[in-house]
Amino acid sequence: MADIRSNFVGIKSPNPFWLASAPPTDKAYNVERAFKAGWGGVVWKTLGEEGPPVVNVNGPRYGAIWGADRRLLGLNNIELITDRDLYLNLREIKQVKKNWPDRALIVSLMVPCEEQAWKAILPLVEETEADGIELNFGCPHGMSERGMGAAVGQVPEYVEMVVRWCKQNTRMPVITKLTPNITDVRQPARAAHAGGTDAVSLINTINSITSVNLDNFAPEPTIDGKGSHGGYCGPAVKPIALNMVAEIARDPQTAGLPISGIGGITTWRDAAEFLALGSGTVQVCTAAMTYGFKIVEEMIEGLENWMDAKGHATLDDVIGRAAPNVTDWQYLNLNYVTKARIDQDQCIKCGRCHIACEDTSHQAITAMVDGKRHFEVIEEECVGCNLCVNVCPVEGCIDMVPLAAGALDKRTGEKVEPVYANWTTHPNNPSKVAAE
Amino acid sequence: MADGLYADGIAAGRLSGEEYEKNFADLHPPLDRHEAAVEADRCYFCFDAPCTTACPTSIDIPMFIRQIATDNPLGSARTIFDQNILGGMCARVCPTETLCEEACVREEAEGKPVQIGRLQRYATDAAMEADAQFYERAAPTGKSVAIVGAGPAGLACAHRLAMHGHDVTILEARPKPGGLNEFGIAAYKTPNGFAQAEVDYLMAIGGIRLEEGKALGRDFSLGDLTRDHDAVFLGMGLAGVNALGAEGEAADGVESAVDYIAHLRQARDLASLPVGRRVVVIGGGMTAIDAAVQARLLGAEEVTICYRRGQEHMNASAFEQDLAASKGVTIRHWLQPTRIIADNGRVSGIELEYTALKDGRLSGTGETLTLRADQVFKAIGQSFEAGVLNGSTASVELEGRRIKTDAEGRTSMPNVWAGGDCIAGGDDLTVSAVAQGRDAAESIHRALAG
Repeated sequence: MADIRSNFVGIKSPNPFWLASAPPTDKAYNVERAFKAGWGGVVWKTLGEEGPPVVNVNGPRYGAIWGADRRLLGLNNIELITDRDLYLNLREIKQVKKNWPDRALIVSLMVPCEEQAWKAILPLVEETEADGIELNFGCPHGMSERGMGAAVGQVPEYVEMVVRWCKQNTRMPVITKLTPNITDVRQPARAAHAGGTDAVSLINTINSITSVNLDNFAPEPTIDGKGSHGGYCGPAVKPIALNMVAEIARDPQTAGLPISGIGGITTWRDAAEFLALGSGTVQVCTAAMTYGFKIVEEMIEGLENWMDAKGHATLDDVIGRAAPNVTDWQYLNLNYVTKARIDQDQCIKCGRCHIACEDTSHQAITAMVDGKRHFEVIEEECVGCNLCVNVCPVEGCIDMVPLAAGALDKRTGEKVEPVYANWTTHPNNPSKVAAE
Repeated sequence: MADGLYADGIAAGRLSGEEYEKNFADLHPPLDRHEAAVEADRCYFCFDAPCTTACPTSIDIPMFIRQIATDNPLGSARTIFDQNILGGMCARVCPTETLCEEACVREEAEGKPVQIGRLQRYATDAAMEADAQFYERAAPTGKSVAIVGAGPAGLACAHRLAMHGHDVTILEARPKPGGLNEFGIAAYKTPNGFAQAEVDYLMAIGGIRLEEGKALGRDFSLGDLTRDHDAVFLGMGLAGVNALGAEGEAADGVESAVDYIAHLRQARDLASLPVGRRVVVIGGGMTAIDAAVQARLLGAEEVTICYRRGQEHMNASAFEQDLAASKGVTIRHWLQPTRIIADNGRVSGIELEYTALKDGRLSGTGETLTLRADQVFKAIGQSFEAGVLNGSTASVELEGRRIKTDAEGRTSMPNVWAGGDCIAGGDDLTVSAVAQGRDAAESIHRALAG
């Protein structure tokens, strides 16, 4: 049986599945339920500085988009950090950690961008015996208007500065949570690294408006006729998160920096993908908010089964394995040629591959052959784009089949070259370099 | 239980009022908004969709379902009505399992097609409830068209002609419009006066005059129509009922299934409708099923359909056969009637002969079976009564005992078109009659404009 115990910057958990800092981790009641359900760790919802707590709106806090059958694809929220008293949270954290010593319990923090504020809160957290802290530099709404959250995360110099303060003032491991609301996630990651962070976690939520109410012309969620951009999360953001994780994993300046991956993780497979791109643990929120804490059972069991089937004994055998295969476009092999192939036994004849190709791509799929409804790839036209695969409702019905070296590419009339060759050496590239 | 449930002979009031109400309620209750949304999400929006190809009226099914999915039921209804102004009735009575839903790719993918018929009903009901009218008459052309028969073919033809600005007069032999929609279809498929509501909905376009109680050959002749109108459309359906050819057929209690269903559809109180304790229905089509199921629902204890060929030859769809079985109807195959057994002139049983196919021909085996019966329904098909056409003008050419038409519905007579069950080569479906009426209207319009 695969061993999925995790040791992430010294923080141990029985599995790599943590609940992200968010509404599900705001109080002992929820966190106790999560641990009972099997979650390996929890990042407690962000604590602010001592004093009267923040207040939340009293109208709707969430907006969403849905796929077919009203499956929730993306969620946004305008909730702020915890609106409960600091000391109540600290007492509960201490008790929960005492009750669940084998689970990871990390405390998310967000206080004003002044050293004194951080110096004040760190010992209070240490006293709970929590396993570490996560710096919330990502929250994109509300707190950022007050100079915190994303307002810090968007300025690499601030990130480095605050991380350094924390490292100098606590023995606890520091995880720096990054905002995706920037153009290049490597910049704040490098800054956190330079400040001495033990790890980064990403992504926080994305600025978003999920929909507009067409009766009163206001964005959703609507508070008394007005709306504000909220933080977007859920399955829809997973591709953005995966890319950002990969960017940090393959950046020479941050390579090897532990990452806790976050963003739309819903199944064991999503989690495995984040691990493969370099995440040591994964954090989940929307999936739990959609289906409840029980989903972790599927995640744990699915990950173990997959690892057993593939012969991966521990998480270290998986973590980062896909990162070296993330490269720049210019290094992709232009001599790799694929053609779509439709399995006629599986085809249900919906014709979506045909119309997608016919209307929007390369006119490379038939609709009618010998007077019969029949969908088949015209290899002379197929550029191997994969659109047909993506629009086909039957998984596995259409494959992209690579042509062997020496085979004829009917589209170009040329044989497939056996050697790797990319854009940097291509004759059409005005700044090509001589092939070695 | 009502008194008389097991009374011998033909008796009314076998059930309680509640039981009648329950038995004759909507066969497929309407989808609510949530159900419609869930079902609409299942549609793949196929290219050149097989469901549309399978629909005799070629409704753009993926489009109307997408419009339901995007919470635009009125837009959806318009997509349906553009092709089929009786889309509401067709949603209820079409054998979708052998048309659009059989062709649905999800039938191939997972044996569970999108419920197209019920979605169509959802959209058309929404439009009718909102009384949303999508069509206006074009400027009057001054041309006049007579239509014989206010059934699906005649109504579809009338609506399309009215849209094009022609003046339409429909002559209907019965006291009410609707044809088989009103008189011929099982009550549980179209309850709550839907057939009349649909007629009212489509007549609202204006320009259509309906004359009830006017029968061709009795109250007017074809010659009158061709003389007084610029064009004529014949959509009078099938007035004749095929005889059993069995000895003693004239006995009391031997009835035409079509007439019985018409009677049932017009009954104000189902409790007043007598039905046998033991009923035998002869036939293998939809009418046989409709008569048999309704006899059971009226309280008949034993209902047996006897069909002279095998199950695979029955015109009734598998769904209809299953429906009959689920209502307690017994379907027996390879039996043909030879003799009605009567007591004092009233049917008391029926003698049937077993049949078999020998070298592709059906023949009796000589072995017989006798079933007790208080009531026997004939449902072995209807026939076209051609006599009404003749005498006043050059005769209309027939083909296989029905009216011969070309692809546009033109008959052999100039300015006379025909459609629906009375024409040759059809499949006797409501939806096909609608398509033929609509297409004939377009042909008439082209001829009148030319």
